[in-house]
Amino acid sequence: MTENVKKLFFVLLALVAFQTAQAQLEIEIISGNPSALPIAIVPFQWQDQTALPATTVDQIISGDLYRSGLFDPMDVADMAEKPVEQESIRFGTWRLLKVDYIVIGKVRTPADGQGHEIIYQLFDVHTQEMLLSRITTVGLGDLRYGAHKVADAIYEKLTGVPGAFATRIAYITSTGLGNNQRYELVVADADGFGPQSIVGSPEPLLSPAWSPDGRKLAYVSFEKGNSAIYMQDVSTGARELISSGKGINGAPSFSPDGRKMALTLSKSGNPEIYVRDMATGRLEQITTHWSIDTEPVWAPDGRAIYFTSDRGGRPQIYKVPPGGGSPERVTLEGDYNARASISPDGRRIAVAQGRGNEYRIAVWDINTERFTILTPGKLDESPSFAPNGSMILYATREGTRGVLSAVSADGNVRQRLILSEGDVREPAWSPVIR
Amino acid sequence: MKSAWRLTLALMIVMTMAACQTTPEAEPEPEPAPDTSTDVDTSGAPDPRDYTDARNFDNPESLLSKRVIYFDFDKSTVRPEYRGIVSAHAAYAAANSTARVTLEGHADERGTREYNLGLGERRGNSVTGLMSAQGSRGNQLTVVSYGEERPTCRVSEEDCWAMNRRVEIVYTAR
Repeated sequence: MTENVKKLFFVLLALVAFQTAQAQLEIEIISGNPSALPIAIVPFQWQDQTALPATTVDQIISGDLYRSGLFDPMDVADMAEKPVEQESIRFGTWRLLKVDYIVIGKVRTPADGQGHEIIYQLFDVHTQEMLLSRITTVGLGDLRYGAHKVADAIYEKLTGVPGAFATRIAYITSTGLGNNQRYELVVADADGFGPQSIVGSPEPLLSPAWSPDGRKLAYVSFEKGNSAIYMQDVSTGARELISSGKGINGAPSFSPDGRKMALTLSKSGNPEIYVRDMATGRLEQITTHWSIDTEPVWAPDGRAIYFTSDRGGRPQIYKVPPGGGSPERVTLEGDYNARASISPDGRRIAVAQGRGNEYRIAVWDINTERFTILTPGKLDESPSFAPNGSMILYATREGTRGVLSAVSADGNVRQRLILSEGDVREPAWSPVIR
Repeated sequence: MKSAWRLTLALMIVMTMAACQTTPEAEPEPEPAPDTSTDVDTSGAPDPRDYTDARNFDNPESLLSKRVIYFDFDKSTVRPEYRGIVSAHAAYAAANSTARVTLEGHADERGTREYNLGLGERRGNSVTGLMSAQGSRGNQLTVVSYGEERPTCRVSEEDCWAMNRRVEIVYTAR
């Protein structure tokens, strides 16, 4: 194929992908939390000038809080009454229903006629204290986003940790076999809703990584016959070739300030970690060793790069200053620890940990130097911390199929996100967007 | 572990040196010695051990028709039973300077994807090293690692994993 025909082919593939990526992610809690907080999200009154959406704002909020594992939202069918205003809440009734918190609200069109206003209040049923009273205003197409923002605010008020519901996830899907195999890089809301393919290819795609502003994704594509790193604007689709040299071009990771990218190149003969200045394109080699050095990720303060290396015989996590220097081994237990994801507070490192033929997600505590195993295996990989550190998204297997799951950072709550067809893998949780 | 690597490297060097001293046609398999008599092959079929003859790519009797090398878990050393195949292709490339070969390195699904890209490349480099030592020129050989992205088999068990840990010898020009 000529280069132009190829380009056209890719554009067509991307268009087809947009049509077919309608399959929704279903969410199912595998193991729950007995100490989840009982909360009632009363149906929000719809005063908006647009038609009532199929999934209502209160349903989205309930779903978010339920999936966090920390809340046990009441079924609407069990609600004896559905107050809209503070005056009509009979706290005694809700106490009898064993609810600790109640949220009431309404949705209306703002005075200027643009978008939606979500007006809501959160009460402690026992003290009758109003804990939150807010108006969240969003654009016309952003009602779901607004609902996630409300869930974030409720989550933060009641747990003390900012919510991460109004974020997105990126992941790779693979469908078909042999010559019909297709790969797509998909972006969806953090609850799996609204998946959109941002690039599709008959050749492998892997290793999506978000820019810190959540506007761009870097990823690896084999569309030119060898691995190459691209960076793509998520909303406009504009993309830029970052690296396509001889050998491996892999494992992109943006620095916390977005000015640099750590990546793996094997142009010297074996994989080494490099740091690329995004403004000048200048490359600096950070590691020099005959082993496999790959999967670099930045510490949240930007002062270290963690990476996987088998310089000690088997893969382990090491760290090195971003300007280069002597790598220091970090993980000290286990045969195989790879593909680090660093918690936002910089204290924990999630890895894929291998033991024999079993791979699980484990978290290394930097201070106590101990691992906690979070998942049952057998082929769990690609951990990605939520931007609030509360959950870890990862790839796992069901039979021969790849699926995504999430586990709470303490390992108590696990949930499965299933795509209706094909393999799903390599999730990357976005930073907090907008 | 480092010393194990050194030992492996040393072995590889010794093996490749040994391969250099013999002709590339020399096979470790117990086949009869090449017949140098004057029999004329009237069928026109090529001698399967003439690894410079492109017709042998499609001759199931010839090692040139075999183009996949399999590896042990997390290893990149070419096992003895595959050295004959590598030598055959090295001989072909040495005799045909316009031949171009891509060594596609692959890994099984265990372990992380980017690490497995590294492992696939290491396997490709291992085959390239042996071929170069047997007369193939550097500009004829390219390594592309697909890591675990292109499995030939999708069941999570050893028989299947063994099929996926491989280097495919792909001629882009013969």
